[in-house]
Amino acid sequence: MLTQTKDTEERIWTLMIWSSVGLISLGFLWILGDLLWHGWTQLNWNFLFSSPKNSGREGGIGPILISTSLIIGVCMIIAWPIGLGTAIFLAEYTQDHHRFGRLIRGSLDVLAGVPSIVFGLFGNALFCQALGLGFSILSGGLTLACMVLPMLIRTTEESFRAITSDQRLAATALGFSRSTTIWCILLPAAMPGLLAGSILGLGRAIAETAALIFTSGYVDRMPESLLDSGRSLSIHIYDLAMNVAGGNPNAYATAIVLVSLLIIINLTASWIADQWTTSNQLPT
Amino acid sequence: MISFSNNISSQFLNDRVLLWSLRFFALIAGSLLFLIVIFLIHEAWPALHQLGITSFFTDNAWYPTESLYLLTPMLWGTFLATIGAVILAAPIGILSAVFIHYYAPSLLAITYRRLIELLAGIPSVVFGLWGLVVLVPLIASWQPPGPSLLAGMLILFLMILPTITLVIHSSLAQIPIAYIHNATALGLGRWSMIRKVILPAAKSGIFTGIFLGVARALGETMAILMVCGNVVQAPSHLFDPIRTLTANIALEMAYALGNHRSTLFVSGLMLMAMVVIFVLIAEQLRYRETYADAN
Amino acid sequence: MTKFKIATWLGALVFSVMAWSQTLAIASQEKLVISGSSTMAPLVAEIGKRFENLHPGTRVDVQTGGSSRGIADTVNGLADIGMVSRALKPHEHALHGATIAHDGITMILHKDNPVDELSNEHIKAIYSGVITNWKTVGGLDAPITVINKAEGRSTLELFLQYFQLSNRIIRAHVIIGDNEQGIKTIAGNPHAIGYVSVGTAQYDATHEVPIKLLALHHIPATLKTVQAGTFPLSRPLTLVSKNPFTGLAQTFIDFSQSPAVHDLILKQYFVPIP
Repeated sequence: MLTQTKDTEERIWTLMIWSSVGLISLGFLWILGDLLWHGWTQLNWNFLFSSPKNSGREGGIGPILISTSLIIGVCMIIAWPIGLGTAIFLAEYTQDHHRFGRLIRGSLDVLAGVPSIVFGLFGNALFCQALGLGFSILSGGLTLACMVLPMLIRTTEESFRAITSDQRLAATALGFSRSTTIWCILLPAAMPGLLAGSILGLGRAIAETAALIFTSGYVDRMPESLLDSGRSLSIHIYDLAMNVAGGNPNAYATAIVLVSLLIIINLTASWIADQWTTSNQLPT
Repeated sequence: MISFSNNISSQFLNDRVLLWSLRFFALIAGSLLFLIVIFLIHEAWPALHQLGITSFFTDNAWYPTESLYLLTPMLWGTFLATIGAVILAAPIGILSAVFIHYYAPSLLAITYRRLIELLAGIPSVVFGLWGLVVLVPLIASWQPPGPSLLAGMLILFLMILPTITLVIHSSLAQIPIAYIHNATALGLGRWSMIRKVILPAAKSGIFTGIFLGVARALGETMAILMVCGNVVQAPSHLFDPIRTLTANIALEMAYALGNHRSTLFVSGLMLMAMVVIFVLIAEQLRYRETYADAN
Repeated sequence: MTKFKIATWLGALVFSVMAWSQTLAIASQEKLVISGSSTMAPLVAEIGKRFENLHPGTRVDVQTGGSSRGIADTVNGLADIGMVSRALKPHEHALHGATIAHDGITMILHKDNPVDELSNEHIKAIYSGVITNWKTVGGLDAPITVINKAEGRSTLELFLQYFQLSNRIIRAHVIIGDNEQGIKTIAGNPHAIGYVSVGTAQYDATHEVPIKLLALHHIPATLKTVQAGTFPLSRPLTLVSKNPFTGLAQTFIDFSQSPAVHDLILKQYFVPIP
């Protein structure tokens, strides 16, 4: 009798899990299908490499692709060391009662809830005006770095904390220095979390519109340096969809490119992680 | 958790350099919020000074061009849309992550995870565009006008689901395999194992996932602006249009001057205040949980 | 130890990239930064590209963000020229302005809506919540979805001024930001009414988007009537600066007002100045 009710419970939950996953996949495939359906016809090599014409209704997205990669590059180069460093500090050097640690954790939690447009206005005031970088790819990347930090730190810290203390104890017993322990033992173990954080952060960065309009700007010309203004893919999509009559087809096509770019980045990231975990272990 | 903070003065030079550079990074990360708050207060000061804080709660309505600056309906809008989205996304996010780890055949698990990762990066503009062109007309044909609290909740749900799922997924991945072996040895069914062993062990990750989800929902701007209708009112039911604090900033910042502009920064501060309250509640919950564990 | 090596390399990389940017920036040429109205940004960006081709060694950077950002950026020196999609207000007359084109504002409905003409009184009554069903004005028995623009937008100000309404008595169901948002909302809701830029609406109506433009006071809403000055709801698109225009800015303004850019203005569905 008891086993029977348990069996039914098991079955009900299995059914619920499969159906909710099915529903979610369906919903998401609908969105992706909608994108492909509307944008597919516009896509070709020429679209990827040529410059936008007639406010983006015609022509391609070459310069916009370059600007986007540069913005994302700046963002990640800045956010990674700071994010990783802070996460390690919080997870390995502070306990729950550590005052400095709590302060930083609390401030990051609040930072995670700051709306992107506020980051935009802040970036505009700090990087564009106070630091004199103007509307530039550098300003945009720095602003995005501030924006993705909380998410990056939170997920990375989480994965450091999830590592069982046995590993730390074993490393200490073997006489490893803290830095060796962190570098060779904890970092590989925390890699999945770090990666999840980076992918989430990157996803947020690459999708950002509001913060970039005020910092990296609107110019759709090929950037010549990091101090040039450069339009990102998401701003291009927003402008075409909301501001340019007849911009829809190219907006959808640009969205497809953005999503494909993301797939490539995700795949590369997991490949790097695999390499890392296999090559960076201590010899046994 | 074993921590080493007692013997911080390690004999290795490396370690001291490392610790100081880590402290330095943490300081940068921590001071960001400080900078942003100073900036917001600086910009909001004219309105705070001239109008006083109470007017944002006691004015008749939001008509900035007529110097009426009521913010409460937008507080409600932000609050309700976020709560609705999280109530939908939290259980489904947990189920999704559990599905990837314990239910799906490995190929399907990878495919589904890739799909979710993909969705984490779809720009809010695209969600908004889909909402505006597909979802809102659908709601409109059922219960006009269409742009509504419901549309906002659904779009936010889709946007925060990947965040929640991925974070919980990565914390499930770190559960020691021994737990699963032990549970199987005890003869627990799959769901009982998940409910009694896995989910409690992943509690901290689930917490973080939901936390990040809420944070993103509170701060989301563009998609919300496109599907919510943006009428400043406290909604009486799901089909009423609403305006959130973020949409308010994005809609009017570009055209606002003087006190109006300054008040938009006040709505930014208001949003931060909401986040602070939320963080404090979350912290409280987490403390209670830790305390319960200790007993 | 490797960690520090990597950190050093990263640091070196960042600095070299910055140095590279600096040198390039110094090497780059005369630059004009223009910022402001999102309505005007696509047009001015196109004019800028043509200007760059005609004047080698110059760069025109166009930033968007709204009319008041145009004014703010011009005043605090972040931009050389601001774009403002309305006439300057009395307290802004310290700025120097030059009109480069005109734009009209039209009422739009869904194509399937049987209503073909609304009097000004009807529009006023609909927007103030007196008429709430299309039946009253000779349409289907369906509730009207009223679309209004967000506070501060020049389109809203002009609309209110023309119909002598105050924003307080307007009972809106949807409040929009940009033109295309309004058009997409109406395309998805057969019972909606809204108002947007004539050019945008005309472009979409002729490109299979299910909307139609309403005549105002029996004058059809077309670029022609706006150009002729007979269409009652129109606004100037203005470039502004803090100081009187000089040098490159003056050359750019002259170019933007010349017939050499009329084709660009028409391509963006605005009306060139005569």
